[in-house]
This record gives sequence, structure tokens and C-alpha cells, in this order.
Amino acid sequence: MEMKPSIQMEPKIDYDNFTSIRNQLKKEQRSLFIKRFLSNRSVVIGGSILLVLIIFAIVGPMVSKYTPLEIDPVNRLQGPSAEHWFGTDNFGRDLFSRVAHGAQVSLGVGLSVAFLTAVIGLFVGLYAAYYSILDHIFMRICDALMAFPDILLAVAIMAVLGPRPVNVIIAVTIVKIPVVARIVRSSALVVKEQTYVEAMKTLGASSWRIIWFHTVPNALSPMIVQVTYIFAIAIILEASLSFLGVGIPAPNPSWGNILYDGKTVIYSAWWMTVFPGLFIILAVLGLNIFGDGLRDLLDPKSHKAINKQ
Amino acid sequence: MKAYILKRFISMIPVLLIVATIVFFLIHLIPGDPAAVILGPEATPEEVEKLREELGLNLPLYSQFFYWLIGIFQGDLGDSIYMNKPVLQAFVEHIGPTLSLALLAQAISIIIAIPIGVLAAKKQGTFVDHLFMLIAMFGMSLPSFLFGLLLMLVFGVHLQWLPAAGYQPLGAGIWEHLKYMILPAFALGMIQAAVIARMTRSSMLDILSMNYIKAAKAKGLKERVVIYKHAFRNAFIPILTILGETFGSLITGAVVTETVFNLPGIGQLVVNSIVRRDYAVIQGTILIMATTYLVLNLIIDLLYGVVDPRVRLNRK
Repeated sequence: MEMKPSIQMEPKIDYDNFTSIRNQLKKEQRSLFIKRFLSNRSVVIGGSILLVLIIFAIVGPMVSKYTPLEIDPVNRLQGPSAEHWFGTDNFGRDLFSRVAHGAQVSLGVGLSVAFLTAVIGLFVGLYAAYYSILDHIFMRICDALMAFPDILLAVAIMAVLGPRPVNVIIAVTIVKIPVVARIVRSSALVVKEQTYVEAMKTLGASSWRIIWFHTVPNALSPMIVQVTYIFAIAIILEASLSFLGVGIPAPNPSWGNILYDGKTVIYSAWWMTVFPGLFIILAVLGLNIFGDGLRDLLDPKSHKAINKQ
Repeated sequence: MKAYILKRFISMIPVLLIVATIVFFLIHLIPGDPAAVILGPEATPEEVEKLREELGLNLPLYSQFFYWLIGIFQGDLGDSIYMNKPVLQAFVEHIGPTLSLALLAQAISIIIAIPIGVLAAKKQGTFVDHLFMLIAMFGMSLPSFLFGLLLMLVFGVHLQWLPAAGYQPLGAGIWEHLKYMILPAFALGMIQAAVIARMTRSSMLDILSMNYIKAAKAKGLKERVVIYKHAFRNAFIPILTILGETFGSLITGAVVTETVFNLPGIGQLVVNSIVRRDYAVIQGTILIMATTYLVLNLIIDLLYGVVDPRVRLNRK
């Protein structure tokens, strides 16, 4: 049998032009990441739920014929109908419109808390890992904050600040910063001991450079995953605070304070509990599924670790 | 071992000091004067001033803090200025419903979650596994107060099988007590159950892939023995950790769940005390709860040694 010499095609790459190779590599990497991103079922399902909720929060108030604050005593506590899709509340306000506006508030609070805890937690965690004096101070404060029951600390902070949406964000952020700070700190501690960091130190790199250019990229993935869960927890905490009557003040709607109103009329109006409740569950479920997917995607080593809380 | 426990206790002191400091200054930042709240809107400024002096509220903040700290070291958490009794007494009077709720919820969650987690691990990748984990995911996304409201709506309002809200102490009879606790305990236990089931499953999966499990199977042991005697015991440590860590969220959940079902527990005590500006009660209660949390985590750490002798050896 005659063996044919195998012909190898030379890839058409311009060897003279290094940047073109780099760009091509980057492009391939990016498309590979997007492919992996889209082939992860959890990310797609969780992301779709979140997308639907965001669309609901934006489009809902536009398609509703009523404003969330319009009182109509004649039509109070009406069940769901063609006129009022989710029924009306104890003041005759349209529940669909209130839930849709509440979506803006609840998702807004959740997103703000996620962003703020990420930024502040990143700073605290990084600098705690690199400076042992700061580590002692920050970590003892974190221990102390974590020893408080979340909700009691948040209620106490709300009592000091007063019931305003911004204050809900501040209170929940303070409660959740330690969680992010600890995650970032533990990744940073690992990086700190790596040989390449030692080498950089020997070469005279500043700690600023080591922290922001070499540690942050390594600490980012676990942090992003954790922040997704914090987004979900923030939605629950906001709803809990509003349900206790110290969160978003009436008459502005949030999912929590609609439930608070709904509890007083639970014997006659199930829709006031079921509809806002459904949206809280959807939002938290979407974020949890999305977070699990992200964890598998970004942080394959810890895919067996379980989401806490 | 004794040295280890002592070391752990000593390391709790700075944390508790920080907790005490944060609580004290946070609470005193709350706008509003307790003396004015107690006397009501009709009191004259002189009367308010007199009461402030009696309560020691006219002293500078740092000396109030100092006296409070000294009191704590002497085992005195101060007196409730609104209820006119020691904070400890008020705490003890309200701990019953909360403790009962937390313990029942924990019991329910363990009874539901561990068998489900083990079963899901045993049948990994099958329909049963996926179904259970889907339910667990759903359970984790259901805030306990919301689940409480939904349970109340179905079983309390529509079916009327159980009272929708209220409380009877254990003294009124076990069944009377349970009748009021079942719905709140389920509401609170479900989220715990979801977390524990997921942890049990992943912990069991880790263990089941190990060689000694293969060896145990190869020598012909029954599956039940392999699973429960060989695998589960080793899988239990991460589960134990999660039990300790979730105690915090259990208390958090209990506070809101109590409000849903009108249980006169710690949650109600703290929330009411904040409204009344009853500083001593808020400070004392939060301090006790933070201490409980830290001690509980210490106990869990010590329990590792009981469950796993290897941990005991390493520590020596």
C-alpha cells in the first residue's frame, strides 16, 4: 500500500505582525467564552428569568392604565380582572402597576447593593490581605458585623437613618460588605504567596501594582459569583425590612410593603400576597440559578462548594 | 484540648467588644429621646429633664458607655426603661417562642434535608436527583416570611386546618403549642432544608467517589451499610459546618417569621424596643444573640472532633 505524505496546511498568519496574532487570539478567546457562556444551562435559564423581570420593570409601568398611587375607594380589594390584571389593593390602587413599579425599586435596591458591596468589599479585602495591621482591624470588625443577625442590624441602622430608599441600600450594604471582603481577602492571600508575586517584589514592583494589576484579576471571579448571591439576598432583605415597616416608606410601592399591606387583608385578598410574592421568588430564583451557572463557568475549582445562606 | 477551648474563648473577647461598641453607639444615634417617648407628648420639658437625670441619659455618651460595659462584666445588662424590669428578664420572657421556633425549624429541616440529600447523591444524575435539586433551588429562593404568608393563606385562611396566627406557650399543652408553631416552623425550616440538602448531596458525592467506598462495596457490604455507616459519617463534617453557619440566618428568619405569625418572641421584643427607644433592651438582646452565635460556632468546631477522630489527632 502506498502511503500518501500528509499535507499540512500552513495557517495564514502574518508572522510579521504580532498585534494581529494577539487580536486574533483575543477574538477567539472571546468567542470561546461567549460559547461557553451560552452553553451553560444555568446561566441561560437564570439570565432569561432576570431579563424578563427587567423588561417587566421597564415596560410594565408603561402598559398599565393606572399609576401606582391612584386611589379609588369604590374599587378597593377587587380580584384580578380584565380591568385590573392583578386586582386592586385596600386603597383601590391598581396592583399590577404597583408590582411593576415595585420591581423597579426592588431590583434597583438589589443592583445598587451588589455594586456597592463589590466595590467596597474589594478594597477592604485586598488591603486587609496585604497589610497585616489593616487585616487585624478590618477582620475583627467583619467578625463583629457577621455575629449580628442580618435583619436586626439592618433594622437598627434603618432606625438611625430613617425610612428612605437610599437608606435601605446603605443598611443592606453595610450588613453584606464583610461577606465580599472575606472572599476577596482569601483569594488575595493565595495570590500573595505565589512565586510570581515574589519575583515581582524582587524586581521592585510597587504593592499598588501587585494589588491592582495582579491580584484583582484573580480575586474577581469568586467575587462576582458571590455578588450575584448578594443581589438576591438584598432583594430578600429589602422585602423583609419593608415588610417590618422600616424599609421603603408608604405610599411608594415595593414588593415588601405590598406584602405588608396584603397581610392585613389576607382573609379577603389573596392576590395582594400571591402576586408580589411570585415576583420576589422569580427574582431570587433567577439570581440563584444565574449565580450557580456563573460559579461553574468562572470558578470551576469550587463548583462543588455550596451556595451559603 | 483545654488550651484550645480557652484560646478560642479569649479570641471571642475582642469581637464581642467590637459588637458591644457598634451596638451601643448605633442605638444611641437613633433620633428621639427615650424620656420623651416614655412620658408621652403631654409632658413638660422639666418632667422630661428630670426623667433623663433619673435614667442617666444626661451623662455624656462615653460615660454611659463606660457604665454599661462595667455592668456587663458584672453580669448586669441594665434595666428596660419602658417595661421597668431587668433586660435579662425581658429576654428570658421572650426567648421561649423564638427558641421553640428555631429548634423546630432546625429539626424539620434536618429530617427533610438529610435523607433527600443522601438519596439525591445515591441516584446522581437521574430524574429523582434533578427533581430534588430543583425543589431545593426553589426552596432556597423562597424567603421564610413569604413562605410563611403563603402557608398562612393556604392552611390558615382557606383550608383552616391550623390557626393563621397567634401563640400558646408550651405550658398550655404540647398540641396547643405545636398547633401554633407548625406553620411558622415549616416556613422557617424550608430554606434551611434546601441549603442542607444541597450540602449533603455534594458532600456525599465527594465521599462516594473515594476508593474506600469502592473497597467496601467490593467486599460485598450491603449498600445501606456502605452509605450510612461508611460514607455518611465522613460526609457529616461539612454538613455540621453548614448547620452552624446557617444558625445566623435561622435567627434572622425567625425575627421576620415571628412578625408574620404574631409570635411574642425576640424579634418582636427588639423591633418594639427600637420603636420605644428602649436602649438597654436592644443593646442587651443583640449582644446576647451575637454571643450565642459565636459560642455556637465554637461548639460546632469542637463537635468535629467527636464526629471525626482525625481532627482530634491533628489538634494535639
